[in-house]
Amino acid sequence: MSAVGPDPAKLYHQKIPATWWLTNRSYFLFMLRELSSVFIALFLVVYLCQLYQLSKAPDAYNAFTQKLNSPGWIFFHLVALLFALYHSFTWFQSSAVVLPLRIGERLISRPIVTALHVGAWAVVSVIVLILFLALKS
Amino acid sequence: MRDFDSLDLHAKDTIFGADFLADQDAVEAFVQEAPGELIQLEHWGCPWSRDPDGRVSVRSFGGMSVDRTLFAADKTGFHLLHSLFQTSLKYESIVRYDECFLTSLLVDDGKVRGVTSINLYTGKVEVIAGKSVILCTGGGGRIFPFTTNAAINTGDGMAAAYRAGVPLKDMEFVQYHPTGLPGTGILITEASRGEGGWLKNKDGYRYLQDYGLGPPTDTPTHRKMELGPRDILSRCHMQEFAKGRTFDGPYGHYVHLDLRHLGEEVIDKKLPFVRELASKYVGIDPVYEPIPVRPVVHYMMGGVSTDINAKTNLEGLFAAGETACVSLNGANRLGSNSLTELLVFGNRAGRSAATYASTASPPAAAKIEALATDEQRRLDRQFLKKDGGKEKIATIRQEMQKTMEEGAGIYRDEQSMQKTCNTLRALRERFKNIIIEDRDSTFNTEVMNALELDYMLDVAETVANSALRRKESRGSHTRTDFPKRDDANFLKHTLAYRTPDGPRIEYLPVTITRWQPEERKY
Amino acid sequence: MAEPTITLNVTRYRPEKDRAPTTQTYVVPYRQDWVVLDALNHIKDQMDGTLSYRWSCRMGVCGSCGMMVNGTPKLTCAAFLRDYYPQEIRVEPLVNFPIIRDLVIDMTDFMEKLKSVKPWIIRKEEKPVSEGEYLQTPAELEAFHQFTQCINCMLCYAACPVYGLEPKFLGPAAIALGYRYNMDSRDQGKDQREIIGNHDGIWDCTFVGECSVVCPKHVDPAAAIQRSKVDVTKNWFQSILLPWGQR
Repeated sequence: MSAVGPDPAKLYHQKIPATWWLTNRSYFLFMLRELSSVFIALFLVVYLCQLYQLSKAPDAYNAFTQKLNSPGWIFFHLVALLFALYHSFTWFQSSAVVLPLRIGERLISRPIVTALHVGAWAVVSVIVLILFLALKS
Repeated sequence: MRDFDSLDLHAKDTIFGADFLADQDAVEAFVQEAPGELIQLEHWGCPWSRDPDGRVSVRSFGGMSVDRTLFAADKTGFHLLHSLFQTSLKYESIVRYDECFLTSLLVDDGKVRGVTSINLYTGKVEVIAGKSVILCTGGGGRIFPFTTNAAINTGDGMAAAYRAGVPLKDMEFVQYHPTGLPGTGILITEASRGEGGWLKNKDGYRYLQDYGLGPPTDTPTHRKMELGPRDILSRCHMQEFAKGRTFDGPYGHYVHLDLRHLGEEVIDKKLPFVRELASKYVGIDPVYEPIPVRPVVHYMMGGVSTDINAKTNLEGLFAAGETACVSLNGANRLGSNSLTELLVFGNRAGRSAATYASTASPPAAAKIEALATDEQRRLDRQFLKKDGGKEKIATIRQEMQKTMEEGAGIYRDEQSMQKTCNTLRALRERFKNIIIEDRDSTFNTEVMNALELDYMLDVAETVANSALRRKESRGSHTRTDFPKRDDANFLKHTLAYRTPDGPRIEYLPVTITRWQPEERKY
Repeated sequence: MAEPTITLNVTRYRPEKDRAPTTQTYVVPYRQDWVVLDALNHIKDQMDGTLSYRWSCRMGVCGSCGMMVNGTPKLTCAAFLRDYYPQEIRVEPLVNFPIIRDLVIDMTDFMEKLKSVKPWIIRKEEKPVSEGEYLQTPAELEAFHQFTQCINCMLCYAACPVYGLEPKFLGPAAIALGYRYNMDSRDQGKDQREIIGNHDGIWDCTFVGECSVVCPKHVDPAAAIQRSKVDVTKNWFQSILLPWGQR
């Protein structure tokens, strides 16, 4: 390695501002992606409470779901859903980076890999929806 | 090395390409050791391009009779550098002194004792003592205005050796690479011609066929047309210019390097960097348009005079690579021989230096101290504590570059060379009056630039004076007043020794072993 | 008609006199084919010899001239004035590194990190040179080739907020270099590059991805890191479930 280097006393250490994530669009979107986990976690807590209520008497469960019908909670669930969708979409984008898929010699471009993931997700969602509707009736 | 190749063939191509000024014992040693060194680099991780069977690929290159040039896409030098550097990190015993700028060789009692350098971080002059010193500081292309060379190629090691009494050999031989981008001088690698690129003048004509390099073929033919040697191709360009058949642009004359017929797939696979450079720096996509190119200074065949073991006439001092002149490349170098030269002679220099160091006695500390104090005084006086002055560093540098282009370019004659020698002497005087504005010690690049200019003026003088004395044309040294090669009088190397009034020129015979000089026709 | 000009606002820091960096404004000629580096060279040559910065090849292959140009890490030899003109251009030293002087930053940490991933061919048994090259098919070369393109310009470290906030992070270029050797079919030293799988290696990375965006050579260090995560995890499971497979 190098036997010489700058005098540490004379170096100026640049500070990162706490608002670093507002300096460009990529950083901002990254923070939104990270934030999405918080909303998903919150949703999960509500969902677990819901399940817990379900394990008790039907009255308790109904009372609980009535509370969730309020505009505040609906808004929360809408926001959580949007974040969850964003979370999943960025996950599919990440998968495209991690898995270089090939057809023979040619590399499949990342947007296409992401689109394939989204497509598969849509198909699975439709199947689940159909099952749900079938079981409901 | 492939079955269709042989050591003798490589040697012959090199000697022929050098216009018979290469020392043939050096060439023979070189071709012998070259294949092993290239494989050594492969073992050290160099990502050579490969054939389907897994063996390293070879391709055509200028002046070579057969396909023998190994390559790592179109960035072989880059990959060799990184492979070598990364492998060197393995060895704790290798200590680097990053960003310490060489200011002089320490010489005592006829032996080299180490170097003095300015530690750029602190601005202090420091001694790095050593029983052996190897100079491998590259070439000095920056003495010219248009060059492929990076900013750091200012001939530092050459000048340092010159000042220590070591002669610089064959300095007049400066290679112009035929395909650099106009303006920036950025290199468009010879590989583009190896893969089949064509050079066309403003009429879309492959003009090289008019100069004895034909007949033109659709695919490259060894040593013909665009695969001719660099000095000849550069001269052809200049002759086309004289005939008014080159394009004219904001940076002067240029011709076209046409790669369109190679197709996008070949270009992306074999010449991706070329595509990137052309697109970025001249806005041309070579898949669809030809690239504007012109000859630019690329390589110095000359350098610190060494023998075939990289030894100089100063005990303990060795040199290798472009800094040195063994001479492997004589009056003109073939493409791809330089990188290989680094490996072969780098190895030889290392071994010679280690052998010498193991038997040499360590330098006396007191003597070193005294030399270092002298050097500190010199640097303080001339650079670090210099007051006043009226010349900008850039002004002197630009005037030096201008006069080098005028007098020591592709075509030379007595009058313009003499004028250049005189101008350089005058610039030497004017250099004493440079302004150094930056007085800070931390990372003072202005002092560094001044030191580099100081070195460049020395190197430039050896080039111009050596050129003036060689009254013949050979390889890349072409004179309109002496257009023929003169083996009777000039089958010898030029040696430039430093005196306070400029270089003193002497001569050294060329070592001929098995290849008698013949006419150099392609 | 007056010659067109463009304004550069350049960071200055002279440790012998300055406590902190300041900004100095220079008005330079505007040329259509000039890059920011050309403007800096003009300043140094003609206007202010005291400005310090690193540069060398001016063709995007040496990695010396990395700086922040209008807040984005760029090679100044590849940042064309025409992409900013007529707006002013801010030229600052790379962020996330200590400043030595003006636009020159301290690379010590970066160099140490490069070395720490053991970026050389490690083999259980070496073959003598006389036996020729290690065979490697074009496909095997392709597997790691893009990761050999790194020019050590450090733009990725300037772009990485994790490195900015956690200086112990190995960083994109170092991990990509380690990955390059792990993926080289001639190398057998993956188990010696455990630093990559350590806490301050790949696991500090949160895949912001900005490193790959700014990389001038399209090395895509973010991909190298994420793929290393998969690789390291896979190896971990294998070592747990099939310990005998290690021999």
